[in-house]
Amino acid sequence: MQIELYINEKKVQAEIRPNMMLLEFLRSRGIRSVKQGCDTGSCGLCTVWVDEKPVLSCGMPAARVQGRHVTTLEGVQEEAEEFSRFLAQEGADQCGYCSPGLIMNVLALKRELPHPTAEQVKEYLAGNLCRCTGYQSQYRALEKYFELEGGN
Amino acid sequence: MEENRFVGKGIVKKDADALLSGKPVYADDLAPEHCLIVKLLRSPHAHALIKEIKTDIAKKVPGIEAIYTYKDVPRGRFTKAGQTFPEPSPDDRQILDDRVRYVGDPVAIVAGEDELCVDRALKMIKVTYEVLEPLLDFTKSKDNPIIIHPEDNFVAKEGNGTDASRNLCASQSRGEGDVDKVLSECDYVVEEVYHTKAVNQAMMEPFTAFASKDIYGRIKITSSTQIPFHVRRIVARALNISKSRVRVVKPRIGGGFGAKQTAVCEIYPAFVSYMTGKPSKIVYTREDCFVDGSPRHEMQMSVRIGADKEGRIRAIDLHTLSNTGAFGEHGPTTVDLTGTKSISLYRNLDAFRFSSEVVYTNVLSAGAYRGYGATQGLFAVESAVNELAHKMNLDPTILREKNIVKEGDHLANYYGQSTESCALDVCMEKVKEMIGWEEKYPYVKTGPHTVRAVGMALSMQGSGIEHCDVGSVQIKLNDDGFYTLMVGCSDMGTGCDTVLSQMAADGLGCEYDNIIVRGVDTDQSPYDSGSYASSTTYVTGQAVVRACEKMKQRICEEAAALMNLSAKEVEFDGWLISEKENPDNFMKLDDLVTRLQAGSGSIIAVTQSYSGEVSPPPFMAGAAEVEIDLQTGKITPIDYVAVVDCGTVINSNLARVQTEGGIVQGIGMALYEDIQYTPEGKLRNRNFINYKIPTRLDMGQVRVDFASSYEKTGPYGAKSIGEVVINTPSPAIADAVYNGTGLRFRTLPITSEKVFVGLQEKKGNEE
Repeated sequence: MQIELYINEKKVQAEIRPNMMLLEFLRSRGIRSVKQGCDTGSCGLCTVWVDEKPVLSCGMPAARVQGRHVTTLEGVQEEAEEFSRFLAQEGADQCGYCSPGLIMNVLALKRELPHPTAEQVKEYLAGNLCRCTGYQSQYRALEKYFELEGGN
Repeated sequence: MEENRFVGKGIVKKDADALLSGKPVYADDLAPEHCLIVKLLRSPHAHALIKEIKTDIAKKVPGIEAIYTYKDVPRGRFTKAGQTFPEPSPDDRQILDDRVRYVGDPVAIVAGEDELCVDRALKMIKVTYEVLEPLLDFTKSKDNPIIIHPEDNFVAKEGNGTDASRNLCASQSRGEGDVDKVLSECDYVVEEVYHTKAVNQAMMEPFTAFASKDIYGRIKITSSTQIPFHVRRIVARALNISKSRVRVVKPRIGGGFGAKQTAVCEIYPAFVSYMTGKPSKIVYTREDCFVDGSPRHEMQMSVRIGADKEGRIRAIDLHTLSNTGAFGEHGPTTVDLTGTKSISLYRNLDAFRFSSEVVYTNVLSAGAYRGYGATQGLFAVESAVNELAHKMNLDPTILREKNIVKEGDHLANYYGQSTESCALDVCMEKVKEMIGWEEKYPYVKTGPHTVRAVGMALSMQGSGIEHCDVGSVQIKLNDDGFYTLMVGCSDMGTGCDTVLSQMAADGLGCEYDNIIVRGVDTDQSPYDSGSYASSTTYVTGQAVVRACEKMKQRICEEAAALMNLSAKEVEFDGWLISEKENPDNFMKLDDLVTRLQAGSGSIIAVTQSYSGEVSPPPFMAGAAEVEIDLQTGKITPIDYVAVVDCGTVINSNLARVQTEGGIVQGIGMALYEDIQYTPEGKLRNRNFINYKIPTRLDMGQVRVDFASSYEKTGPYGAKSIGEVVINTPSPAIADAVYNGTGLRFRTLPITSEKVFVGLQEKKGNEE
């Protein structure tokens, strides 16, 4: 079937299988920041925005983004820079495989709640798994980015 | 010693920008667009013989390129364990076999143009099995009538005590003194059995590899691996071709933690591309990573430990039974660390004994997981030390203060080595202070039915494998005086490319950005055993130090020749090569390179390798504070404090993150993670819903500090850090739970359900 959508503000027309998920669709179009870490919507690695709301692209049929705006890390490079720098300065990037999904969720949080509490940050990002860092260095970056006080 | 400009600092990782902007740098991102998709048909039975396998109908599915069964693969056996050749692990595998030994064991390799057709073909392969009774209980494996490896081409390696006819992958016993006699003389003895489960590394990037034929007809494999050079050998052996016909490239890796120290998936696309000549790739699903991964060895450890009434630990007796599963990958070696890295924490023992048996069963093959046996052994021995202290009515930290190893001590069970750098006593003192041990031990009541309790444990590991692991680097001097640092070790996210570059920049006296680091391509990189056994900083780091010395020497030689001086008459400060007696007579590094590249001398490139004579242990103390709800059994991690002695800290950020990450993995093992099987041997937890790794809501807070000794055999005084950090959570949390509830858990994980049941039983007994 055919769909028409916007990927990072560029209009795209594409032929898809009806059962194709957004994750596979995006990767097939060369959008490689979107990663698959599980088969069950549990890890957060494939987080992208649909109409500026974070979604797990592994669980969203590509057909459902018909006419909508999909944003991936490739499309928000400038907006991501500040937080990415904080991550890098803590060594919190580590293997980097979960970073794009995390960053997309952090930027979505920033847009939704520019001044969240430490608890809100934790809750919002609970679905973003990371096996390298133990999350602590991510918090140090998040504290700086959101100017949290005391924090964790 | 001169001040280091980069060593010791929290330098940003070399690859940070690429990783954090989502660049295509991992194996699956780099695979050719139109390569064959490879998937495996897996056995539904834990133990069976393939009587008949029909692929003719499946081959007719449009888009299918090839289907291979055991009839198509070479007959010789090999191991997928990434270890220095000849690997201690037995040669007990074929690419495919007519005997399947666990649920998930590959039965057929299917390659086709897309996932859809491959999935269809997988369903159309007809296999007739003769189902055999599986052997699932590892405590009943030895001398069981069911034999996992009856084949006549099984190859045991020398000195491992292997006996396939008894299901023994390995066995050994060693010790000093008369342990039975000394224990009989002890005033206090603890004798208990501890059980650690198989747990999955759960690195975020699944096992992934793709293969193709290069312009010379050789097989080129791009793999998410910790062991590129071992993969080259393993694939060559599996395909029964010359190693010269295999090339392995490692891109960025999305985590490994030991899982990728086994060549789990590379042989399949390699075989497909070898047979078809076409590019092919395999990407394991998360379920594949569980069903056919390489988890931590499940172990049962019997400990006897005794002390006199003054609190001197006099003897430790440890017997470890390890479950290697269907294949022996890392079986003979992981078990060894249960004894070497636990018993050796304690000094002046009158006797010790360490014996072990590693057995085959019909569950998936175990492998390497960060800590590599030390994690299991330390849960047992550190728990036993805690129990001994309680039996003596002593604060466990006091018992440890009397007995832990000190700098200069002979290590009890460590191949005759001593520790020449040890700040374990400082680690423990600091940890006590940071967690507030004096105020909190054993517990503090925090509500009508909640308590917060503390527990502590110690840890040690190695730094590479002495007389075995080899690290080598090549440094090339380029235009304008920048250097290329070619490394053969695998940065798997840990940041070793960065750490080694920091050492090189200080070693050469240049800017950090003047070092371009490159790894790994087996055609281009110098040989390195790989990134495992806590070896990169220590072993490859020493190769960097040596290569820098050699480079500076060569620069002096070439410059001196052009200055009509001898090499001894000049010195190099990182930029200028000047005459010692007359510093006004100098040559700049970029001018030197310009002249060398114009034919006035030899182009400079140096290669140095290093292999350790010793494996100096890093040490660590860890303390846990957990909240326990005495009504529901719920355990909530509150605070985890760690102080690590890894010698000199090379990168303060990365060392800290290593520690935090290791601790949270350890917390997962202690409280949540548990690979389970049905009575038929089918893996129960195949995804992150059923197999729960810690999320950011499950780990509390982790605080880390360092107490650095100086290891004179290490680069800049460094030892390792990668593995030592995962070992303390299980025993520390187990003791915290005991301190808060009076319940002793000797089997992991310590789930809230188990605590609830324990509390109910205790209540029943008290009423």
